[in-house]
Amino acid sequence: MLIARRQFLSRTATGLGVAALASLLNPSLLIGGSPTTGFTSPHFAPKARRVIWLTQAGAPSQLELFDYKPGLKDRFDQDLPGSIRGGQRLTGMTSGQARFPVAPSVYTFRQHGQSGMWLSELLPHLSRYADDLCLVRSLHTEAINHDPAMTLLQTGHQIAGRPSLGSWLSYGLGSENQNLPAFVVMISRPSGPTNAQPLHERMWGSGFLPPRYQGVRFSPGRDPVLFLSDPPGVTSSRRRAMLDDLKALNKMKADDWQDPETQARIDQYEMAFRIQSAVPELADLSREPESVFDLYGPESRKPGTFAANCLLARRLAERGVRFIQLYHRGWDQHDNLPNGIKSQCHDTDQPSAALLGDLKARGLLEDTLVIWGGEFGRTVFSQGKLTKDNYGRDHHPRCFSVWIAGAGVRGGMTYGETDDYSYNIVRDPVHIHDLNATILHLLGLEHTRLTYRHQGRDFRLTDIHGSVVRDILG
Amino acid sequence: MRLAGYDLIRSSVIRACGRLLVLAMLANVAAAPVRFNRDIRPILAENCLACHGPDQGQRKGALRLDQRTEALQPAKSGQPAIAPGNPSKSPLLHRINTQDADDVMPPIESQKKLSTAQKDLLQRWIKEGANYEAHWAFIPPQRPKPPAVKQRRWPRNAIDHFILARLEAERLRPSPEAERVTLIRRLSLDLTGLPPAPQEVDSFLNDHAPDAYERVVDRLLRSEHYGERMAIDWLDAARYADSNGYQVDRDREMYAWRDWVIRAFNTNKRFDEFTVEQLAGDLLPNSTLDQRIATGFHRNHMVNEEGGIIPEEFLADYCADRVETTATVWLAQTFNCARCHDHKFDPFTQRDFYGLFAFFHNVTEKGIGDYSANIRRNNPPMIQLPTPELEAKRTNLKREQSTSKEQLETLMSGQLATQAEWEQQVLNAPILWTRAPIDTATLGSNTLVQAKADQPVAFPALPKGRHVASIEFALPISNATALRIVLTATSTNATESISIPLTELSLNRLALAKPDEPKSATGTNAVSATPWTLRAAEIPGSLTAANATMALDSKGKKSATVKLDGSAATSAIYELEPKGDDAKAPLRLQWTIPADSALPAFTIDVAFTDRPSDTLVPGNVRSIITKPSNARTAEEKKQVSDFRTAKSPEHKILTTRLGALGKQVDEVDLQIPTALVMEELPAPRTTHILIRGAYDRQGDVVTPQTPGPLPPMATGLPRNRLGLARWLTDPANPLPARVMVNRFWQSIYGTGLVPTAEDFGIKGEPPSHPELLDWLATEFVESGWDVKAMMRLLVTSATYRQSSKLTPKSFERDPQNRLLARGPRFRLQGEFVRDQALVASGLLVRKIGGPSVRPYHPPGLYEQVVAGSSASTYVVGQGEDLHRRSLYTYWKRSVPNPAMLLFDAPFRESCAVRRPRTNTPLQALNLMNDPTFVEAARLIAERAMREGGDRSETRLIYAFRLITARPLHPKEMAVLQSGLARYRQQFSKDLGGAEQLLKVGATPADLTLGVAELAAYTTIASTLLNLDEVVTKE
Repeated sequence: MLIARRQFLSRTATGLGVAALASLLNPSLLIGGSPTTGFTSPHFAPKARRVIWLTQAGAPSQLELFDYKPGLKDRFDQDLPGSIRGGQRLTGMTSGQARFPVAPSVYTFRQHGQSGMWLSELLPHLSRYADDLCLVRSLHTEAINHDPAMTLLQTGHQIAGRPSLGSWLSYGLGSENQNLPAFVVMISRPSGPTNAQPLHERMWGSGFLPPRYQGVRFSPGRDPVLFLSDPPGVTSSRRRAMLDDLKALNKMKADDWQDPETQARIDQYEMAFRIQSAVPELADLSREPESVFDLYGPESRKPGTFAANCLLARRLAERGVRFIQLYHRGWDQHDNLPNGIKSQCHDTDQPSAALLGDLKARGLLEDTLVIWGGEFGRTVFSQGKLTKDNYGRDHHPRCFSVWIAGAGVRGGMTYGETDDYSYNIVRDPVHIHDLNATILHLLGLEHTRLTYRHQGRDFRLTDIHGSVVRDILG
Repeated sequence: MRLAGYDLIRSSVIRACGRLLVLAMLANVAAAPVRFNRDIRPILAENCLACHGPDQGQRKGALRLDQRTEALQPAKSGQPAIAPGNPSKSPLLHRINTQDADDVMPPIESQKKLSTAQKDLLQRWIKEGANYEAHWAFIPPQRPKPPAVKQRRWPRNAIDHFILARLEAERLRPSPEAERVTLIRRLSLDLTGLPPAPQEVDSFLNDHAPDAYERVVDRLLRSEHYGERMAIDWLDAARYADSNGYQVDRDREMYAWRDWVIRAFNTNKRFDEFTVEQLAGDLLPNSTLDQRIATGFHRNHMVNEEGGIIPEEFLADYCADRVETTATVWLAQTFNCARCHDHKFDPFTQRDFYGLFAFFHNVTEKGIGDYSANIRRNNPPMIQLPTPELEAKRTNLKREQSTSKEQLETLMSGQLATQAEWEQQVLNAPILWTRAPIDTATLGSNTLVQAKADQPVAFPALPKGRHVASIEFALPISNATALRIVLTATSTNATESISIPLTELSLNRLALAKPDEPKSATGTNAVSATPWTLRAAEIPGSLTAANATMALDSKGKKSATVKLDGSAATSAIYELEPKGDDAKAPLRLQWTIPADSALPAFTIDVAFTDRPSDTLVPGNVRSIITKPSNARTAEEKKQVSDFRTAKSPEHKILTTRLGALGKQVDEVDLQIPTALVMEELPAPRTTHILIRGAYDRQGDVVTPQTPGPLPPMATGLPRNRLGLARWLTDPANPLPARVMVNRFWQSIYGTGLVPTAEDFGIKGEPPSHPELLDWLATEFVESGWDVKAMMRLLVTSATYRQSSKLTPKSFERDPQNRLLARGPRFRLQGEFVRDQALVASGLLVRKIGGPSVRPYHPPGLYEQVVAGSSASTYVVGQGEDLHRRSLYTYWKRSVPNPAMLLFDAPFRESCAVRRPRTNTPLQALNLMNDPTFVEAARLIAERAMREGGDRSETRLIYAFRLITARPLHPKEMAVLQSGLARYRQQFSKDLGGAEQLLKVGATPADLTLGVAELAAYTTIASTLLNLDEVVTKE
């Protein structure tokens, strides 16, 4: 309903009477104040109420994890045929290479579940949930370097400045929890020694949307949210007393000056106080039973790890946070890939699977969409020296794999197909815009209608592209 | 770029309200003719022009509706869409009114829909002749006469005539003048970004002269903090930052440019010069250093240095960024829309975009950040800005460098002069070896030689295993330069061939302690072993240097194998570099023989020569000099020369000195500040239209040209950045003066006369007071682009001096205060919020300019996201760095200062000319808990207790004045008094907690004021810093 109002207001105000307007201007309802509560379904009935995006920053290799290419064994160290490579542009890191020798995965694949989904031996935990996964092996992008590619994945555009997916959802659907942000970001570093690409705050920025839709970064440690804790010596009751004085003084101002903004500020301080108790309650894992830590693995006891963040993601989902984005860094294996990716899977496989299992056990997977993947794929040919058991892989935008699970998505499905080299897509390509359109669709939003007017133009997450991948909908 | 004022919802409502006002007016004048710009253009722009507008590529049905001549042409159907004066014969009207889903316009899939009112307007417009008007922003401003008003005594300057005339037309009355204390705080914040000191407030309150207000204005305009305040907005527009923005987000150094901006505002540089110097200072004749620094404006964009990027792609991005920034800052046009295709709504083509692109395409920069030189902190082109001390230091070092270089040249020419003589000696003089007389020789624990044996040392046959042998002897000659070891088999069987492995060869000089040196504690002579430097020499007749070197491997990992056939001898020659101690002291030669199998007997003979080492030439040098000099290649000559210089101690001294000097010069260079600047390539790059904006899809070649829809460049202007800058400041250009006065207005009133300060195009919002905007624009140009005069004009108007109090009715009537029936009231920018607390606490360090500083910052923010180790931690600064004005805070683009972001600062990735203003709980948390504000609260408490008298009443009044400038009302006093009493009581029972609170921040607390008492006042001050009115300009 709120959305309808927004659209109505931003589109055309003609015909709206002054009286009606005055009611809309009830400041406690509108200005900056309380977030919307209750799920709103602006376009059609949603399948998902929230999203957990497990972003694997640095770009995990599809060849070692998801895109099974048994034929490559026989092509070890052969040159990648020119017909396969085509006119594909390469990064400056391999464009000077004299040869492009094929590097088969050193890891083996097995079929799992009733669906017989092929998954790598690196993913023993995830493999148990094969029948819940929709594995898309035909995602593609345009960008070939991390920064633009991550920006594209997050915002639908390579050049910085547009809102990220989480901001769009927070703008479009609001929050279901009064005391927590609608869009939460958590970041973990790899445990192994590996090339961890940097991230930028803009990746969860709201771009031209109002800053209240920005992702809020939750950090391990004393202040999960910036400036959350009262200063030492200020107890909660002292804070409450101070806030009461502040409210009294601000009310005098509001009465005297009559600016609705003042009342809005009073409300913001009250919400800040609620956040001060809601966030520590959220971050406090001490009441989680042993069995939960067993499920997520020993790392889940260490704040700031991917495992701990996965557990927190479940707690955030339980509390109605709309968009939960985890980043795990360290997937950029230009060299020493077999060791690097193994270490990354050690960090991520068990927690990712545990999150699925945990959500499922609690009935949350029915209306939570979980997505796992990176910003692009990696090349079938080796970057640098190729040996039987060691090689590297460069960036590859033309195909990569992600999995989606949960609300409204077909489980046990493998969608899209690449050629024998996992180099080009031969069936059912899915662009990032298509993925985003599909995510919005599952949340009940028509991607062409979720717009925001900026510089005179109605902008969308999917720009002028994107179509819903209906085949993967359950 | 970011925009949207306030919250989304509010801005939507407000936008709706703005239009309602227009409609309300319309209702009163229902019979008045339809106006194209007011009534029709917005309908067309919103609903039609995406397919029937300027973009040729997207145009449907060959119909273009944004221009009259085009709109009256027959469309694809063969018929013109519009028949002026004849609605029934205008297919346009039929198409918008039809019920046929296939035919209706706008098409159903566009999800746009015309209201009945809009359809009526279009019908009336066609009936009245379908007249068009040029878009207001492209019509050059004419200086209107300030309109007459009824309340003749209200206006103070021309602005007020325009504002009041509109108010009177709307039957509204201006608000009364604000209280003086409100005014001086408003003025101080608007003109310096800092609050007034209590003394400044008092002196204004007590000054009853008629020009008291104006004198405050002039004082503030003279303050050097004025330049800082004006710079903040300009830094947003110029996307200034201290890091590169992409990927690893390396630091850059640009503060010299930032300081230039502050100086330019403080010295009131004419805005046209301000423009020219920033866009093209380097192209001015005899450009000064300052003018070159100014050009950093267009080097502020982000730079990528990620390994593997394609430089051309990013070079195109940088140039596009310059086009978009220039167009936003000076023209308020959304040129980024024309990067990939013709603009959809405004009449700019893709060719126009690349015409501007060509102006910026000739910079001597690379697409990928270039940090190859070891001293580079910036991506060239850049300039160095040394202090006089550093300049002198570098000059001295450079002088020493050239002296040493000259000496080296002299040395080399001397070497050349003696070349023939040297070659003669090498080739013809035999090497004389003198055997070392042996003192003792041992093999393991066996003594082989007792003393003074002037003959080779004979080794018995050795069993398989590891054998350590050593020989002690006096040096037989002074100035020894080389050592030779000759191994000879003494086996009786002359045909037997043996291989002697040799490893761990070492030569130690046993330097006895000199007699006058103290004995060691144990009473024995202190012995220090000075190692010789041993280097295998490749001299004909000996083992190769490579082979002989293996014997020097102290770890015994490798060994030289000396192969002896029959009675043949093999020698290994080592060069010596004695350390210059007593040449007569005994020497010990020690080596290891790891025999894999038993060895027959052999001898070792040790000898020395004093032949100058530069004549002990290796085989390759010898073979070169046996050739006549004209038969030697350049490479061979170099080999010979290199060999000789390597043996020359003078050469070594000079090259060592030069190396050290080079390092010192580098060190000085590292201390010299640099700044990014613009610099033209000698030959311009060719610019192509980039098809769909893709760097690698080149279309037509374009040359530098200004956008077609705007007046052309004056003839005689150069087609470069300088010409472009002059064009931008040509009064004939209808946009820049309007755009700038609008932004000055925005900075004071919170919202521009054109609310979309970044978009004066047809989809931007039209000006609320078009005549006023034009009057100000022409005034600005006529004043000689005098920025201070413009700011003075804005703040000395009666409009500005109004109270900002609202009533529910006035809010309902004009929620966004577009009509200005009241003064501006809005939340302060993040910088102002922090700086105000620093002033009130007395912590602010009022130093202008210099490198950016790192104040308090939440820990751990960098570590999660930043790459690498060196830059991955934010190291909080010390001393003054903690309390400088916020515009000096280090700005890392990937992780900007979190408090500034919470208060709606842009990321500084791209140009931003308007900040949103939100009101969020995270801001509340920042103001309550950030050490910045906790420390400031404590310092305010200390000031109140020290300077505010002895009673709590006077102290509270004082603290309140420090923070709000105004007196405390009795009701407020009551709240604070009871709060103070409560906190005092609580803290006196919890002194530990109080002490902890007082420890926040680097400034030590004055505990003599009493722990509980100070903590209580600190809590009061913190409450005050969080007041709505404190974070608000009112």
